[in-house]
Amino acid sequence: MPNRKPRPAAAAGLAAGLLAALAFGSALGGAPALAQTRADVVVGMALEPPHLDPTAGAAAAIKEVTYANLYEPLTRVDAEGNVVPALARTWTVSEDGLTYRFTLRSGAKFHDGSVCDSADVKFSLDRARATDSVNAQKAYFASIAAVETPDPGTVVVTLSRPDGLFLFHMASGDAAIVAPESASTNKQKPVGTGPFKFDRWVAGDRVVLVRNPDYDGPKPALERVSFRFISDPAAQVAALKAGDVDAFTLFSTYEALPEFRNDPKFTVTVGTTEGETILSTNNARKPFDDVRVRRAMAHAIDRKTLIEGVLYGNGAAIGSHFPPHRAGYVDLTGLYPYDPAKAKALLAEAGLPNGFDTTLRLPPPPYARRGGELVAAMLAEVGIRVKIEPMEWAAWLEKVFKGKDYDLSMIAHTEPLDIDVYGRADYYFNYRNDRFKALDEELNRTQDPAKRNALYGDQQRLLAEDAVNGFLFMLPSVTVQNAKLAGMWANRPIQANDVTGVSWK
Amino acid sequence: MRRLPLSLWLGLTLVALLLAVALLSLVWTPFPADKIRVVARLRPPGAEHWLGTDHFGRDVLSMIMVGARNSLSIGAMAVGLGLVFGVPLGLAAAALGRWGDEILARLGDLVFAFPAVLSAILLTAVLGAGAVNVVLALGLFNAAVLARVTRGAAQAVWRREFVRAALALGREPLSVTLVHVLPNVAGIVTVQATVLFAVAIVNEAALSYLGLGIQPPSPSWGKMLGDAQTHLFTAPLQAVFPGLAIALSVLGLTLLGDGLRDWLDPRHRTSGIL
Repeated sequence: MPNRKPRPAAAAGLAAGLLAALAFGSALGGAPALAQTRADVVVGMALEPPHLDPTAGAAAAIKEVTYANLYEPLTRVDAEGNVVPALARTWTVSEDGLTYRFTLRSGAKFHDGSVCDSADVKFSLDRARATDSVNAQKAYFASIAAVETPDPGTVVVTLSRPDGLFLFHMASGDAAIVAPESASTNKQKPVGTGPFKFDRWVAGDRVVLVRNPDYDGPKPALERVSFRFISDPAAQVAALKAGDVDAFTLFSTYEALPEFRNDPKFTVTVGTTEGETILSTNNARKPFDDVRVRRAMAHAIDRKTLIEGVLYGNGAAIGSHFPPHRAGYVDLTGLYPYDPAKAKALLAEAGLPNGFDTTLRLPPPPYARRGGELVAAMLAEVGIRVKIEPMEWAAWLEKVFKGKDYDLSMIAHTEPLDIDVYGRADYYFNYRNDRFKALDEELNRTQDPAKRNALYGDQQRLLAEDAVNGFLFMLPSVTVQNAKLAGMWANRPIQANDVTGVSWK
Repeated sequence: MRRLPLSLWLGLTLVALLLAVALLSLVWTPFPADKIRVVARLRPPGAEHWLGTDHFGRDVLSMIMVGARNSLSIGAMAVGLGLVFGVPLGLAAAALGRWGDEILARLGDLVFAFPAVLSAILLTAVLGAGAVNVVLALGLFNAAVLARVTRGAAQAVWRREFVRAALALGREPLSVTLVHVLPNVAGIVTVQATVLFAVAIVNEAALSYLGLGIQPPSPSWGKMLGDAQTHLFTAPLQAVFPGLAIALSVLGLTLLGDGLRDWLDPRHRTSGIL
């Protein structure tokens, strides 16, 4: 699933940003001594969340505000991508991989003062897997057969089939534990168990969280965190320069990075995300149902130029649907080297010596619009005449993602370990391969990490050989931040802006 | 013959220049306008690339030249559509009077209820982005404007004595419209069309800036401005050249329209200075 939700472009973004920058800049600039004792931080984000309930929406921005800060799942993912304890202090897994026994933190409390116990966990999991559930990742909970609560501190989850990713999925924002009393109002007034609690939401501008004094774990260093939403690239740069925001995460104005790198007031980190950016290809549609045509396109795309042109070099090339930083990665970028002559030969072999006409439907993010323009030019070199059709998010989700009405598209798939979508016959690639499905089922039966990685390797090779989609690059996680700020995540193993470990140096 | 007003001269010169650049781009540009060379991106103006290169290393001058052609042809088609539909409708409204007039006027109100850019955005949202739909949307708006202008001018002509005389002599309304009314509204329609041409160029640029207009690889001044926006801090010149191209074209067409009005309007027949 893509990671962006629509938001109308702020037409006066630049002006507003500059004005705000002037106002805030002078206020802060006048008191340099105060900067030493600051206990608040302003984090910039490109998109505003549509609401604040991660269990009821696919928009990444919801999790980027709330994950680990406001809500906690049973397990959670840390900065390095490991699954670590959250609401569950410890857990055990039965031999057959079907029974998970979680022991909860005894002091955990919701922000409204009520105790968080096994009944809340059962409520949350049952709500997420119910037939009328609006959870964006309902599939994460599909393997659950029953949730039992032998005592307030223990939850026993029984699965109907082994699920190798169960603990990982339970660590996602979609699996946040919520209370029955507040679940229906979390969208506007979120109530979780995390180290920060909701203060206020100024629509179109910011969400403010404050430290939760009753948190039963280690208390964060910050008293207050504001997430500011600035969609305009020039306004983002201006806000950073003026000190209006202290850090900007998933910064995508890559052309401005050299400037920030040369300025000692800022630190720029370029980390990894889970965003495999691909040229989505409708495998059911002619001529893309011919593997030779898909391989020809793979040979026609110059990834190096693409990464330079779109990301200004800040990203890794991929040869299949798997991120290079994960264990189990197999480097397949050499399988289809950039070779326009070979591409033309393959097209001729497929009966298309004069190329063909096709349409590329592009969602709004800059990497897609810019990348699409470059890919179209590269395909034109080998005779594939691409008509570009830019689309808004709603139309893209409706037509391309749900309706599967497209030839080509370009999008970053940002869910972690989402290679399994290639086993779903209803997915918008229209890719069907029984061997892939068999590997997927074997993965679900396998707990041993080495064996799992080998299976992931086989899946990657299969997808690359079939050239299912154009495998392009990994979206980088670029953070531009005040050099005095410590503890921001460099990588993005899960959709989150975890600020629980952030402090001023 | 009366001396031409200065504004007309200036307008004619700018528009002729624009036209010349657009025509030249058919046979020659310094580089192919869609030639991408990422390694040569964001070059400042220099000997090789006179106006520098954009974020994909394309030659800005070549893009501006082909962009002129795109702007002019979209503007011409949008105004042409407006003339073909708007003028006959306006003439008919004035000739029919009463019910026919009322219906056409209300239809016009319907179009005017939405600003041109907004209705263009709506249309491209339904039909998809692209040059054809931009022409359709702007053409619709132009038709409404021209119908209204033609109707107003034609109504005034219908009240004149020579028209009444022609009717008294037994001429059919259709023939009166063609022989007497149309020639007398031609001037004001020409002036209005020139101004609408300028408006169409700005609106096309606005739509392309939003990504709804001309699609790559075909260059558009509006898209060039949109692309330049993220480089405002690093390469501010990127925004200057397409911005200048839009401003000069609109200035030229507006001056041309202004000058034409002065020249054609007998009340403005002055001593010859301006």
